Amino acid sequence: MRHAISLRALVRFSGAVLMLFGGLVGSARADSTDAALVKEGEYLARAGDCVACHTSPGGPLFAGGLPMPTPFGTLYSTNITPDKETGIGNWTADNFYSLLHTGRMPDGGLIYPAMPFGSYTKVTRKDADAIFAYIRSVPAVHLPNRPNELRFPYNNRSLILGWRTLFFSEGEYQPDSSKSAEWNRGAYLVQGLGHCTMCHSPINALGGTSESRAFQGGLIPMQQWYAPSLTSDKEAGLGDWSIKDITDLLGAGVSARGAVYGPMAEVVYDSLQYLTPEDLQAMAVYLKSLGQGNPMDTSGAALPSAESSLLMALGKTVYDARCASCHGPSGAGMPPQYPPLAGNQSIQMESAVNPIRMVLNGGFPPATAGNPKPYGMPPFAQILSDDEIAAVVSYIRSSWGNHGAAVSADQANALRSAPLD
Amino acid sequence: MNAALRLAAVLLSLSASLLASRAGFAQASVHPPDTIAARLQACAACHGDQGQGTDNDYFPRLAGKPAGYLFNQLLAFKQSRRRYPPMNYLLQYQSDGYLHAMAAYFTAERPPPSAPPIPTVSDAVLARGKLLVTKGDPATGVPPCANCHGPSFTGMEPAIPGLVGLHASYISAQLGAFRYGTRTAIEPDCMQVVAALLTEADVTAVATYLSSLPVPADPSPLPQGSLPMPLPCGSEPK
Repeated sequence: MRHAISLRALVRFSGAVLMLFGGLVGSARADSTDAALVKEGEYLARAGDCVACHTSPGGPLFAGGLPMPTPFGTLYSTNITPDKETGIGNWTADNFYSLLHTGRMPDGGLIYPAMPFGSYTKVTRKDADAIFAYIRSVPAVHLPNRPNELRFPYNNRSLILGWRTLFFSEGEYQPDSSKSAEWNRGAYLVQGLGHCTMCHSPINALGGTSESRAFQGGLIPMQQWYAPSLTSDKEAGLGDWSIKDITDLLGAGVSARGAVYGPMAEVVYDSLQYLTPEDLQAMAVYLKSLGQGNPMDTSGAALPSAESSLLMALGKTVYDARCASCHGPSGAGMPPQYPPLAGNQSIQMESAVNPIRMVLNGGFPPATAGNPKPYGMPPFAQILSDDEIAAVVSYIRSSWGNHGAAVSADQANALRSAPLD
Repeated sequence: MNAALRLAAVLLSLSASLLASRAGFAQASVHPPDTIAARLQACAACHGDQGQGTDNDYFPRLAGKPAGYLFNQLLAFKQSRRRYPPMNYLLQYQSDGYLHAMAAYFTAERPPPSAPPIPTVSDAVLARGKLLVTKGDPATGVPPCANCHGPSFTGMEPAIPGLVGLHASYISAQLGAFRYGTRTAIEPDCMQVVAALLTEADVTAVATYLSSLPVPADPSPLPQGSLPMPLPCGSEPK
């Protein structure tokens, strides 16, 4: 909130100066106001993570062309540089706000919800204008958009109308007056620019997320990573996390409670690490309030005991040989460099996708200003069999007070072919 | 202050400092070593802890290769210009600064050399390989590998890799990837030109011959500009 207020104050101040001096002095002041607006827009574009989709790896900024596989076919992100022919050089600030707010092109055409306009609709006009000013300031790149490759019947854009009726409600963020300014700033960022619900909500067969199940977690289609629930403390609900651990995780990518990998590493790398401590704190306050404080359930694995003890014996053998040197004999880890496994929610969730993938593929947390040279976890896909992976993941999920269910060799095998990029 | 009090005070401060040092030790012991080697455990699983390579055919030796070459490859993996999903995945969200640090680590490592594998191809194939690698093939315009990679095949600073200590399958897979454009380098892409001139049989001969060479006692690359290169390479600025 502080951020928004200071910008507003700055704009107001510049306006007053303009009125006072007018004429020659005015144009110089207008430039500095523009520069401040562009800078604010750059910050907000980071918060919205525009770059993640609108820039190909190693390609020119915002020139689009990134293939985005979906269950309905492949979409290609668009060129949003100020190029007049192939980018959005002819757009007005009204056009831009309207696209974010309503999901409609300047000619009224409907855009696919791969663009998170269901979240961006909550962005204020003032913030949209700042982002537009920033996008207008980047180099224009002449690069025609690539046609989407959607399968019938999904290639019929009029279907979007039906989708919108079911899943889209238009409207800027409305502050909750019963909550603090900090909480509201966090909610605005998480629900709006952050577009966190795009992954952290169950996605139905129509590619929609319903508001009533927002933040309840879901498997990310095509990528095969599980985006945990942000409301259930059995998953990634942050109800019992300290604010510092949350801001560490979001800002640096590592914390005393765990680290980010996979798609969330991208979010931290491209977006969250650039946010101010105040904004991260606001997001943490809001996210913590979503946690419902459910205690971990204690049902445990439901395996026949003979089978279970064999699995656990093999799991312990693999763990002691491969994992214990970093994560410790009792899963304490060496946080924040080596995440703890005991009591780590992401390991015990009903979906075992993430722990299996971590063992198969390893991974580095993202390089950030707060953690510029992350410690990496080795991949084990090339060393361990499906049985060994199932055993060690089952062991980790049910040892040291953890209460996750056992996983099968089939589950481990299926994730060997999960996409890695 | 009498002597007894003074003694008590000394004892107290002693035990306090002991406690403090214990606490300090406990604190230090729960963190991994603050070294680049500890940070790069993820690489060691396939490339060995000193970048010496492992038994797997497709996990190459990294130790001693020029830092510029290693950085170019790390960046190409990060940007998916060189495709190998497990590497693309690991490097996607790492900064260029960290990639430079990774390259610097492996370029400086000098693991003890391992014995080269015994070739499984005929002497004629090996002889053809040796000819191509050291003399090239004037008939097809294939330049000798040694002209750029050095007479003992340890590469040249800043970005021409050494070719020793690699498995035949890895070398032939890379030549194939250059040929079919799935591995590219900075333009002008000299290896694409060379690989396109090789037949399948040539690739086998070159790969098996190179893999049969022992890693020399000093595997350091030659200094930049040591060799007059027969064709321009974008990765190796003149």
